[in-house]
Amino acid sequence: MILGPLGFAAPWLLVALAALPVLWLILRAVPPAPIRRRFPGVALLLGLRDDDSVTDRTPWWLLLLRMLAVAAVITGLAGPVLNPQTEQNDSTGSPLLVVLDNSWASARDWPAQSELMEALLSEAVRASRTVAVLRLTDPEPLVFQTADAWRSRLTGLAPVSWEPGPQDLAEAVAIVADTNVETRWFSDGLARTGRDALFDALSANGPVTIHESAVPLIALSPAEVAEGNIRLTAQRVRTTAAREIMVDAHGRDPAGAMTVLATLPLQFEAGSPVATGDLSLPAELRARVTRFEIAGQRHAGAVTLTDDSLKRREVALIAGREDREGLELLSPLHYLRQALEPTAELLSGSLSDVLPANPDVVVLADVATLSDAEQAQLIDWTERGGLLLRFAGPRLAASDVSRAQEDPLMPVRLRAGGRTVGGAMSWGEPKALASFSEESPFSGLTLPPDVTVSAQVMAQPDPTLAQRVIAQLTDGTPLVTRKRIGAGQVVLFHVTANAEWSTLPLSGLFVQMLERLAVSSSIALPDLDELTGTTWQPVQVLNGFGTLEDAGTLPGVDGARFVQDRIASDLRPGLYEGPDRRLALNILTGQTVLEGVTWPGTATVVGLERAAETPLGGWLLAAALMLLVADVVASLALSGRLIPARAAVGALAALLLSAPIMAEAQQSDTSLDDDAKALLASSEVVLAHILTGDSRLDEAAHAGMRGLGETLYFRTSVEPSEPVGVNLETDELAVYPFLYWPITPDQPIPSDVAYLKLNDYLRTGGMILFDTRDANVSGFGASSANGRKLQQLAAPLDIPPLEPIPADHVLTRTFYLLQDFPGRHTGRSVWVESAPPDAEQVEGMPFRNLNDNVTPVVIGGNDWAAAWAIDELGNPLFPIGRGFAGERQRELSYRFGVNLVMHVLTGNYKSDQVHVPALLDRLGQ
Amino acid sequence: MNQTAQFRARAETEAARLPALLARAEHLAGTVLLGEHGRRRPGMGDDFWQYRPMQPGDELRMIDWRRSARSDTQFLRQREWQIAQSVTIWVDGAASMRFASSDDVPRKADRARLLALAIAILLNRAGERTGLAGTDVPPRRGEAQIERLALALARDSDEDYGAPQTRGMMSHGRALFLSDFLGDIGAVRDALTEAADRGVQGVVYQILDPAEESFPYRGRTIFESVGGTLAHETLKASELRARYLDRLARRKDELERLCATTGWLFATHHTSQTAQSALLWLYNAFDGGHGR
Repeated sequence: MILGPLGFAAPWLLVALAALPVLWLILRAVPPAPIRRRFPGVALLLGLRDDDSVTDRTPWWLLLLRMLAVAAVITGLAGPVLNPQTEQNDSTGSPLLVVLDNSWASARDWPAQSELMEALLSEAVRASRTVAVLRLTDPEPLVFQTADAWRSRLTGLAPVSWEPGPQDLAEAVAIVADTNVETRWFSDGLARTGRDALFDALSANGPVTIHESAVPLIALSPAEVAEGNIRLTAQRVRTTAAREIMVDAHGRDPAGAMTVLATLPLQFEAGSPVATGDLSLPAELRARVTRFEIAGQRHAGAVTLTDDSLKRREVALIAGREDREGLELLSPLHYLRQALEPTAELLSGSLSDVLPANPDVVVLADVATLSDAEQAQLIDWTERGGLLLRFAGPRLAASDVSRAQEDPLMPVRLRAGGRTVGGAMSWGEPKALASFSEESPFSGLTLPPDVTVSAQVMAQPDPTLAQRVIAQLTDGTPLVTRKRIGAGQVVLFHVTANAEWSTLPLSGLFVQMLERLAVSSSIALPDLDELTGTTWQPVQVLNGFGTLEDAGTLPGVDGARFVQDRIASDLRPGLYEGPDRRLALNILTGQTVLEGVTWPGTATVVGLERAAETPLGGWLLAAALMLLVADVVASLALSGRLIPARAAVGALAALLLSAPIMAEAQQSDTSLDDDAKALLASSEVVLAHILTGDSRLDEAAHAGMRGLGETLYFRTSVEPSEPVGVNLETDELAVYPFLYWPITPDQPIPSDVAYLKLNDYLRTGGMILFDTRDANVSGFGASSANGRKLQQLAAPLDIPPLEPIPADHVLTRTFYLLQDFPGRHTGRSVWVESAPPDAEQVEGMPFRNLNDNVTPVVIGGNDWAAAWAIDELGNPLFPIGRGFAGERQRELSYRFGVNLVMHVLTGNYKSDQVHVPALLDRLGQ
Repeated sequence: MNQTAQFRARAETEAARLPALLARAEHLAGTVLLGEHGRRRPGMGDDFWQYRPMQPGDELRMIDWRRSARSDTQFLRQREWQIAQSVTIWVDGAASMRFASSDDVPRKADRARLLALAIAILLNRAGERTGLAGTDVPPRRGEAQIERLALALARDSDEDYGAPQTRGMMSHGRALFLSDFLGDIGAVRDALTEAADRGVQGVVYQILDPAEESFPYRGRTIFESVGGTLAHETLKASELRARYLDRLARRKDELERLCATTGWLFATHHTSQTAQSALLWLYNAFDGGHGR
């Protein structure tokens, strides 16, 4: 049964709706449960009788809620369906034939197509029709199977990256001939020959419905280089309104991840099928681009791959002599620069500077000797595919390079001296070039008659010489020789790169030869002659959706087909690797013009949209459940029980929530501790000592810091709070102005991270007092265990040069005037950052104008902490010296501590007093 | 103990807003204990009041010889009459007082205890002695007494409805009953009668929740007392409203009548009103706002 857009699977169930009014009356008669209330005034109520025995009725809205729930259940069980699919035509009996264009142009609409196909197939399942699927890109004899079988295979179908060719269509016509079927043809909207014939054949079989998306198809032609920019051209099938598309240039970023390197907007004018734009990219970025893609078009036609033709090659030019004073035309690099500048990026600089930039070509013009390191680097670079282009010259001729035995970076051995022909002092005429042989990369280049060679270096006849020569003079002497090294090669021009030895650099031939050597590359696709007979191996191929896939075991392709054939199943778009370069084969060539299909007037063309069939039963039942839940809540609320229920829910929620919170609290305990510690240290002055792991030593250090803190508190305006022990690995150091580091032989070496923190700490103005506690018996040498440990510990630290504390160091007068720094021991030597070498004592000044900052380390061995240490009651913990002299020593050690902390906190303030006389003088006193 | 301290602090806050309260001392006998405030009439006390000529009936030993020597007649020296009044407070601690109809109003017991302690503090400040009826806290003065009162007031009793206590009530003193008076009226009647017999006058202060005054209930309901001993089921609570209000009005009338008979004052306070207004009313009631 169908009501508007609704259909019902079991319409008879709806009769039950008539019972709703009865239910209303029944529900109304049942009284709600009594509410229990606490009420002190009940004493006054006792004995009161109800006048009326009828109770209050259930509120009407609660009844309505329940009615709605019941109605939703009844309707839901009746199986309502929105937009029920009904048979649209009468040809129920005949099998269904689904024809797919299946080309790259179908890929864009593939999700919609497969959805529609799914719907068609499920319809066919219901109608028990058999189905066959014909893919025009790969026509196979029709196999009629149940629709269910096809449905399971539907996911296996995917559009391919080529189009059905004329012979494919002809084959399809033969296949479908004389079968009685109803046809659904999923078209990609592109015109191609043979389509009409197939349509006629299908129409003869039965009704044909063509499904075609009305959205115009946009495809991208291969990128070209024009005036130094990349020219991108997009085409569309239907020339409709003006439209802007974005073309993304994809490539690897320096980190190696694929990303969008640039975006170019292209504007289709209204009515125009073509949009063109120029993209200007730096050479670095241009070399990184691997493909261009129209954003939002998910098909292979919207993708165009790039190959070497887009790259500007990087050429490093290095000359043997740099005579800046010389004439520009005599510069060994002048002609090279002229020849290469339009097509390549030129690098200059020393060899070791340019090699890390990994240029494509390195040109060495008359460079004879290379250092061992440079040679090793150059060989390494060449083996990885670099092209080393060398030119001869006076230096090379005069050197011993490749004389006795072949230099690894020279293609041939050279004879000493070279030769000169056609000069004033020689017989004979300047030599001309012989025509290039077939094997030479220069073959086919025409020789201008005016190219002559008057001087050259001569190759030593060797067994390998003949195969290394790629150009020679008319008398057979090699002019250009080549040797392969690893993946790269070395090419030697036996003449100079300027016009000194030959007129070659002056001719157009020079540029063509450089081009052939792929020094410069402005060639797009090689022409047919070049490609004939070569075999190209696919590396990566595009699938229909425009994604690159590994080519796997696809066979190699004859080069001639690149020019002659169109894309087909055995010539897929993608990246191909040839003898010495890579080629990108794209779906559109520069000449392709996309054309929309024009169907005969009799054809039924519909879109891909289709209202989906939506069963509503589940939703209705869910709504009924929701209504019943609402009814429960409302009933609870009416009977006054909602409050406890809410409380219970709240308690439950709180319980659930509290569990993770408690766990979290336990976890964050330690970090909280750290934070609290840092907070405390940053809100007060805190003296800190480094925890050594020796508990007795740590306690003594702690007591020492406490004693020093107490002394500071009583005598100065520095009022430190309770000292802390600092764990180098876990604690933040930056908050402590001063660290006391007692040395024990067996304390652990801090980790690298801790050293990083320590160095940061020292650099940013912190101070560490190292105390070997051994009275410096060894003079901080390696002969005491503590001294050795100190050396070990301090080795990774960023400590400036040190010196024994000079008599005029600011530490001697920051608070007390001191010359000795005793602790428990009375060793004199304490080391601090050394004064700058230019510090000199000015006549009449009591001390030098010394370093302007706090010394980052103070190193001594007097066990100060022991002298400073007091217990909780303020009594000294360790005996110092003997009798009153000992007390005096303790007092001095406290004074040192006070001076030290004052130095840490006030820096060179006391040192500035050196300026007091000058200041007074300036004030006129 | 913390709760007690909090309670004390709140009561102090309430009491701080009123001047020292002088309870009226109408009666002489029995409770004459010297207090701070003179009665502006001769009597027992420490301070000099006046010399008066000797009259027949005065005893010879009462003559002030020093004054009499300066003239021909004999004078007596009279002192100002100074007394302190005893006020006995009874606060209903029964379960019915532990009721609040919503979160916005305090429980009746809380309000009653607050008022009791506040008035006790005021009386103490005025030099009166306060105690709790029915407990072992007899009328005394001093800060310590306030502590004792606060402790004693915090005690709850288990019964459903409280009955006024007269134990510990000083004869001819004053008394204050704080309760909802929803329980047995007979107990109230007995207590008031006994108090009147002992010459005690005072205030019956009824504290009610707004819900008890308005009866905003509807539908099928089982009403239970707070202690759970009494229950009443009705099918239509809204039908009961008029009759309940009628009964409540009659209960108030009866209390009023009892008070009029025994010379007490009667007033009703709702927990939705402020404690300040209640304390002001009590202040007036004890200070003699009745024209004396």
